[in-house]
Amino acid sequence: MGSNFRWKLLSLIVLVGLSIYALYPTIRYYSMSEPQRKAMDPKALGDLRADALKLGLDLQGGMHLVLELDRSALRDEEVPEAMARAIEIMRNRVDRFGVAEPSIQRQGTDRMLIELPGLLDKDRAINLVGQTALLEFKLVKNDQDGHRALERLDRVLAAKQTAGAPADTELIGLTHPLTELMPYWPDLPYGGSFVPEADIPKAKALLTSVNADSILPIDAQVLWGKTSEIYQGTSGRILYVLDRRPQLTGRGLASAVRRVGGDATRPNAASVSITLNAEGTRVFRRVTAQNIGRLLAIVLDDQVASAPRIKERIPTAQASITGSFTDEEAKDLATVLQAGALPAPVTIIQEMTVGASLGSDSVRRGTNAALIGAAIVVLFMLVYYRGSGLVAVVALFFNMLFLFAALAGMRGTLTLPGIAGLALVVGMAVDANVLIFERIREEMAAGKKLRGAIDAGFNRAFRAIFDSNVTTMISAGVLWWIASGPIQGFATTLFIGVLANLYTAVMISRMIFDVYVSRPGVEKLSI
Amino acid sequence: MFKLIPETHIDFMGKRRIFYILSISVTLIGVVSYILHGGFKYGIDFSGGRLIEIRTSTPLPVDHVRAAAADAGFAAAEIQRSGQGDIFLIRIPVASDQKGGALSPSAVLRQDLAARNPGLTVELLREENIGAKVGKEIRNQAFWAILLAWGLLLIYVAIRFEFWFGVGAVVATIHDILMTLTLLSLLGREITMPVIAALLTLAGYSINDTIIVFDRIREELVKLRREPLINVMNISINRTLSRTMITVLTVLFTSSMLLVFGGPVIRDFAIAITFGMAVGTYSSVFVASALALDIRRGREMKTPA
Repeated sequence: MGSNFRWKLLSLIVLVGLSIYALYPTIRYYSMSEPQRKAMDPKALGDLRADALKLGLDLQGGMHLVLELDRSALRDEEVPEAMARAIEIMRNRVDRFGVAEPSIQRQGTDRMLIELPGLLDKDRAINLVGQTALLEFKLVKNDQDGHRALERLDRVLAAKQTAGAPADTELIGLTHPLTELMPYWPDLPYGGSFVPEADIPKAKALLTSVNADSILPIDAQVLWGKTSEIYQGTSGRILYVLDRRPQLTGRGLASAVRRVGGDATRPNAASVSITLNAEGTRVFRRVTAQNIGRLLAIVLDDQVASAPRIKERIPTAQASITGSFTDEEAKDLATVLQAGALPAPVTIIQEMTVGASLGSDSVRRGTNAALIGAAIVVLFMLVYYRGSGLVAVVALFFNMLFLFAALAGMRGTLTLPGIAGLALVVGMAVDANVLIFERIREEMAAGKKLRGAIDAGFNRAFRAIFDSNVTTMISAGVLWWIASGPIQGFATTLFIGVLANLYTAVMISRMIFDVYVSRPGVEKLSI
Repeated sequence: MFKLIPETHIDFMGKRRIFYILSISVTLIGVVSYILHGGFKYGIDFSGGRLIEIRTSTPLPVDHVRAAAADAGFAAAEIQRSGQGDIFLIRIPVASDQKGGALSPSAVLRQDLAARNPGLTVELLREENIGAKVGKEIRNQAFWAILLAWGLLLIYVAIRFEFWFGVGAVVATIHDILMTLTLLSLLGREITMPVIAALLTLAGYSINDTIIVFDRIREELVKLRREPLINVMNISINRTLSRTMITVLTVLFTSSMLLVFGGPVIRDFAIAITFGMAVGTYSSVFVASALALDIRRGREMKTPA
């Protein structure tokens, strides 16, 4: 045991010290009771929690969403900026949602990964992140223009149905594919055409079949009401004909808050009250002054939330969005309006939700399976290699210590596949010791003395151990590169575990053997 | 000293044709099963679609859930009942991009079930939804990842040993992956991302046994210069047999415990890895070494010294 040994010992002490330092927040956080956590300063607790090893969404429950930005209306060079803005807006929305540690990461050029840990209302979360929240104020066309627009659609639809007959044949005037779905036509209740609930899918299909907005005059468009209305006992929705150009957009908004009782007809319903900024107020004042008697629609994501009639010039900077909101829906709508509209719509292209009970079930099962597997491995090594087996088990302990410390230090998360990875690492970690021990046995059987056999065992086995660990790290690396979420946790665990194994199985067990054989008179080895 | 495997003198290389036939037959079974099943059964992460797992407060007949799923618009749903008849896994093959504002399919389903069975509460265990486009991307990525892993392993083994050993080692891992896919196909299990993780781990790990054998062959080649290659290989395999067995055994201990106790979420992963590890040991002896031998011999005959 020369200076070489001292350096090895020093490296071990340093590594163990670093590991304890990396693991300290984890141990402290998870050993604290709930009252102790409550008693702690929230900021310090937050810092502690951030440094502690976290459980993945598959273990603590939560949502994992991948959103894709719709690039169809954007030029390629606009995408990076739109994406940066979308992420910022999304962060504002999600921060107000009330989960402990939301995370938003960009993926590629036009995707983002949103992780919402903990128990939550799935539909509410999807609604919050999924809407564009494009708020616009648009004037509804007057009755005459509205009639004309729908009649025009009727004519084109009829022409299409009579298989390409010229648009001015007499027959066409006789069928009304669209307006026949409107029982009160030509009345315009609430300023639009009423379509009963049952006919809505048919009406929507008709409108998309001819790309309605392309047929209407350039300054007009049709939009549906956001919520159902009851008219003369029937439930249905209103189809509005509006100006295509908005008078005012969400940019004119200063703030949005939830309010109860904003709607005179539904006194107990929640609504969202919006306050305009200086620019918005100015525009609003002008528009209301010039259009007294007309309907001003509040349009949210291309759906008409409401269309109140302008009774007089409105000088104040207040407006409200009403509808059959629940309290939470109103609160979320206020949140998304406040955060601003996304530069382009987003689609949820991937979703993974894990309920809290499945998560805790996975923790329990995964831990049990890993512990039982590890126990069998330990038992096997002790029975098969006796004293040397104990050396392997000590090396295994350090392997696990370094693995957990590295995971905690890298602020990694522990996932269910990660736990499976831990179990596999246990099985693989002892391989290196098996190779060494088998070689020592062989050298001893060939007649070598104890020290010579140990030297030869370690030296000759090293190459195979190194190659084996490197190949496993190659596949773990490739897997890490393609995987995301829980499976990436598996790849990380496997990679670090096998890397640490090179040190623990070779260096640490060698040190123990060296200490053992350095005592005078030792000529036998329990192996 | 406790020894699992006594000193052996088995003529592995002499019998290699039997094992070639065995491996090729199993691969053929795999191909037949693949054709009969109409390809692999991909999990929703590869094919796109929606998966909903729910637990009901009391056991329910599967028909109730099927009817509720049909009402919610998923007549094509495939429903599996497990637990004490209170856990249902609903697989909807078609991906549904969900826009904000709409109620999610699981919410519709749960409301419908609760409405049909007064007093019943339905808990959402998990829900996954993957768009068809993303599914295809993930599938392509997994495919390229496996090819990339093979390529890197081939390069590494070729650098550390010699090229033909590298080929033998990589063909052995291809063999292991094919065997594992055959088993999954026969069992009707799905190919999912965790299974791909298992296959990649397998590729990296099962090459280890091959390395142990090759490492020994390299060493014995120096020592036993006079012996023909086939004898050197047999001696090497016999001398490393116990460590090859023990190293894989320790991994099998842990992977089989994952299979038994790990629960349904990682079952496919555990099946693939446990079976693949066992096959990997077989292949490192009977496929990798045998191929390396035959390829080298063929070359030696072509280029007489």
